[in-house]
Amino acid sequence: MNRWLTWAVAGLILPVIQPALGQSGDLNLPRTVVAGTALSIPVAGSGQAVLYIAGPSQVIRREVMPGQPLSIAAEELNNAGHYVVALVTQSSTQVGQFDVVPSTQPASLSFLARPSRLPVGLQNSISGAVYVFDVFHNLITTPTAVSFQLSVPAGATQSRTVETRDGAAWTEMDSTPKEGNAKFVAQAGSISTTRVIQEVPGDPCGLKMSAHQVGDKVQLATDPLQDCSGNPVADGTIVTFTESWNGSQTSVDVPLKHGIAEAQVPAHDGANISVATGVVMGNEIHWESRE
Amino acid sequence: MTRPFLILSLATVLATPLAFGQDTVRVEPTAFQGPRPLASQTQASVIRDYLDAWKSLSAALDQNRPDLLGQDFVGVARDRFAQTIEEQRKFGLSARYLEPSHDIQIIFYSPEGLSIQLVDNIEYSEQLLDRGRLVTTQPVRARYVAVLTPSEVRWRVRVLQSETQ
Repeated sequence: MNRWLTWAVAGLILPVIQPALGQSGDLNLPRTVVAGTALSIPVAGSGQAVLYIAGPSQVIRREVMPGQPLSIAAEELNNAGHYVVALVTQSSTQVGQFDVVPSTQPASLSFLARPSRLPVGLQNSISGAVYVFDVFHNLITTPTAVSFQLSVPAGATQSRTVETRDGAAWTEMDSTPKEGNAKFVAQAGSISTTRVIQEVPGDPCGLKMSAHQVGDKVQLATDPLQDCSGNPVADGTIVTFTESWNGSQTSVDVPLKHGIAEAQVPAHDGANISVATGVVMGNEIHWESRE
Repeated sequence: MTRPFLILSLATVLATPLAFGQDTVRVEPTAFQGPRPLASQTQASVIRDYLDAWKSLSAALDQNRPDLLGQDFVGVARDRFAQTIEEQRKFGLSARYLEPSHDIQIIFYSPEGLSIQLVDNIEYSEQLLDRGRLVTTQPVRARYVAVLTPSEVRWRVRVLQSETQ
């Protein structure tokens, strides 16, 4: 109950206090100061005084001679934030408040990009988020243009420009049709940061094998395997050949080598031979001896 | 408008006043940018951990104990507040942030889920003490922007920066 009474009274008093604080109270203070810039505070009165500038991000205590302006040197008050100020003399205390605001010049970016590896040709599959900081690592909360670029060697570049809101900007991009190491670049002003996204071929497209007889075996070989964008499928990808004959089934798993999978199966007249890799099915051959 | 949508709309339009200890806390409906949906459990965790961070910060600046920052702050925020405490110790100062009243809104959840940003329109009384003697008490209304990142068990504050509302 007491707490509510306190707030009710504060609610009546605050509107009276706030306009005065908006003008920095008794002290003649600027409303805002850019981080790292010099500041001069006039000090009136006589006798020694102590000036305090305090906030969670920084605190300064300085003994000053009244009549002399107090100088805060460049790069002395660097941390953005809201500060309360008090000038204490033997006879009085003058108060005020002001903000230290970030510089509008980006100096560093915190760039989060995901994923680090993915198949080619997927829509909105790569995301990037950026926080923009000034030279003192204050978050620049004023709108700042951030450009994102995604490119692979010998491929088209995707570009997008986004304005930050409260220091943050994000985008989504498609993985490119061409495999390779894509450079994902975020840039604000003259500052850029790069992340590498490994784009690998997608699932094989148009899996096709051919067969010919070698002695009492059938020699099977796929055409060079590519994904639907024409990227060669990585060597080591497992290809499965399956021969069905007379109610029995024989499978051979072989890794892709130089883009091709090869295997031999027994030559049985009337056998059906199929090929698959992962969830992708290829063609089927009905084997009849050519002898 | 369908009934479930109406209920959902009302639920998101109404701000949620909560009681966290003695602080006054109001959580505004999220209005964030980004494609990643924010689960209610995640939102609750973020708000809880952010408010815990404020309590740690207040205690650390009052008692000049940087060790109180470690659980809730990380990176630049922790370094910056630890530096403030170091300066306070050097000058013989301490600061109290009394009766904070928070008005919090989550504004950004990054697509990969590794950062979340909120704004807090906060009111408090700031007391500055010099060798235990009260120098000034001033009412403060400020807009804080915070960026939190996940750690093993909680969200920790990586950026906490204020400006006038």
